Amino acid sequence: MKPAGMSELVWAAVLVFVAAFLPWMVNGYWLSIGVTAMMYIALSTSWVMFSGPTHYISLATGAFFGVGGYLVGAGMSDYQQSFWLMAVIAPIVGAILAALIGFATLRLSGVYFVIFTLGLAEMIRNVVSWVQNNFLGSRGLYVLTDFRDQHIYWMLLAVAAVVYLLGWFISRSRIGFALRIIGGDETVARHVGINTATAKVILFTTTGFFAALVGAIIAPRWSYIEPNQVFSPQLSFLVVIMALLGGAGRLWGPLVGVIPFTILWEWVAIQFPNQSTLFLGLCFLLIVYALPHGMVGRIEELRARMRRGA
Amino acid sequence: MRQSGAILSVKGVTKRFGGLVAVSNMSFDVAEHEMVGVIGPNGSGKTTMMNMISGAFKPSEGRISMKGRVISDLPAQRIAREGVGRTFQLVRLLPGLSVLENVKAGAVFGHRKRWGREADDFAHDMLDRVGLDAMSHAPVSSLTYIDQKRVELARTLAGEPEILLLDEWLAGLNPTELETGVELIHALRDEGRTVVMVEHVMDAIRSLCDRCVVMSSGAKIAEGSPDEVLSNREVIRAYLGDDDA
Ligand SMILES: Nc1ncnc2c1ncn2[C@@H]1O[C@H](COP(=O)(O)OP(=O)(O)O)[C@@H](O)[C@H]1O
Ligand SMILES: [Mg+2]
Repeated sequence: MKPAGMSELVWAAVLVFVAAFLPWMVNGYWLSIGVTAMMYIALSTSWVMFSGPTHYISLATGAFFGVGGYLVGAGMSDYQQSFWLMAVIAPIVGAILAALIGFATLRLSGVYFVIFTLGLAEMIRNVVSWVQNNFLGSRGLYVLTDFRDQHIYWMLLAVAAVVYLLGWFISRSRIGFALRIIGGDETVARHVGINTATAKVILFTTTGFFAALVGAIIAPRWSYIEPNQVFSPQLSFLVVIMALLGGAGRLWGPLVGVIPFTILWEWVAIQFPNQSTLFLGLCFLLIVYALPHGMVGRIEELRARMRRGA
Repeated sequence: MRQSGAILSVKGVTKRFGGLVAVSNMSFDVAEHEMVGVIGPNGSGKTTMMNMISGAFKPSEGRISMKGRVISDLPAQRIAREGVGRTFQLVRLLPGLSVLENVKAGAVFGHRKRWGREADDFAHDMLDRVGLDAMSHAPVSSLTYIDQKRVELARTLAGEPEILLLDEWLAGLNPTELETGVELIHALRDEGRTVVMVEHVMDAIRSLCDRCVVMSSGAKIAEGSPDEVLSNREVIRAYLGDDDA
């Protein structure tokens, strides 16, 4: 148990180190794909921290991400604040919002939780748009910084590394164990003495924090932000699909899913710009039916079979 | 049994589900080191009573206290930490976890908290107690029914409960398994544990219980030693129906 966990951490460190060199190896198109992939790696890994063990599928990622991006836009455009200040405020607001949603959804499970998070994300998007249009005057926000793609990439890499490290610690801690028990049977969890509400809210808050942070960091990439654009519900679905494709049972599962899917998704967006939602749905069905435990699950299954065969 | 020794006290407890009264004005005490049987026909409210003691449900009326402190207004996890452990009528194991992890779940968050090596060792000890340590790394899906029940018991014992609630722990076992099961509960009795057990197996009740509380249609209809209550006319009528009495 212990040595395997350590070697996982060493591998992660090596990967982070190697990934840091990407901006010197590629540029333009591939670097921009690298930024997108790194964004999804951070988002999916943080999503898996909560949804992996508990099996609570959250579709609220887009809302936290949007709040992060929007706060950076509003702060810099309307209030002349620095990017850095807003990048600190955004995740805190995201975390508070996630905590509130966490408390509101405590009694929901299964499909009710899924629908509720989706509905809530839509509501937040509409509220922000409405506030923007009615009270803050300008319809769009400018995010002007000196950042280039590589800077955004490195910041996202740092966030992804922190998320991974945190996830690694959590999965080896009492609260990580508690989440797995909650995912197994919440009644049992309560009867062995777990405060299920606290455990769930803490982890959900953590994912909200990181999704808002990622939204804040990626904001300068667009220069011009509209509420309707940063609160894309598609993002929530993409995060779930990539995590499930890789495998939500392991912290490094999303990594395996994000890279191929990001490349595929770029291609689809260019080739079939109007059918992307259809494609998203098809991928979802395919993953759920063909890879219920993701690519990681399939790999581990094959390894187990080979060991038995050998 | 000392008079003042009531570790668990149920007073005037009623539970309604909408219009249905599942438990009606129940009162009984459990002394320390005592094994109390709760018996009665199906649907008489035994499981509901256990659910209220463990905190799965809140009583609609009345209160339950442990060592003089009211616990019936606490959530289940707090009651577990106070030292009430239980098994479920329909076994509840954690499917994604190994046998050892299932048992460890009881040791980590419960009445006495353990973690890391200490929790693993303790979980092994508990599995050993129920005679299942050899299976500790198996997935729970590979277990037979009695082994699943043993794992659940080991998980409950891992929380070191001061009061143990067993809901039809012997139900569904074949005759050989039943023998093993009764032996296991006898061992708990010999340790001087405080146990409240819902049971249908009359032989087991006679040999294990100090005292029985008999329920019918949610209410207590008799209380006393197993022999006393099992020969009580009203109890026989409740079990066999009015026509046969
Ligand atoms: N969660 C519940 N909701 C509604 N009715 C319930 C619930 N739990 C139990 N009941 C009802 O309460 C009565 C007593 O059930 P139960 O306590 O399971 O009986 P026993 O364990 O003695 O067989 C039954 O009529 C049952 O249908
Ligand atoms: Mg029952």
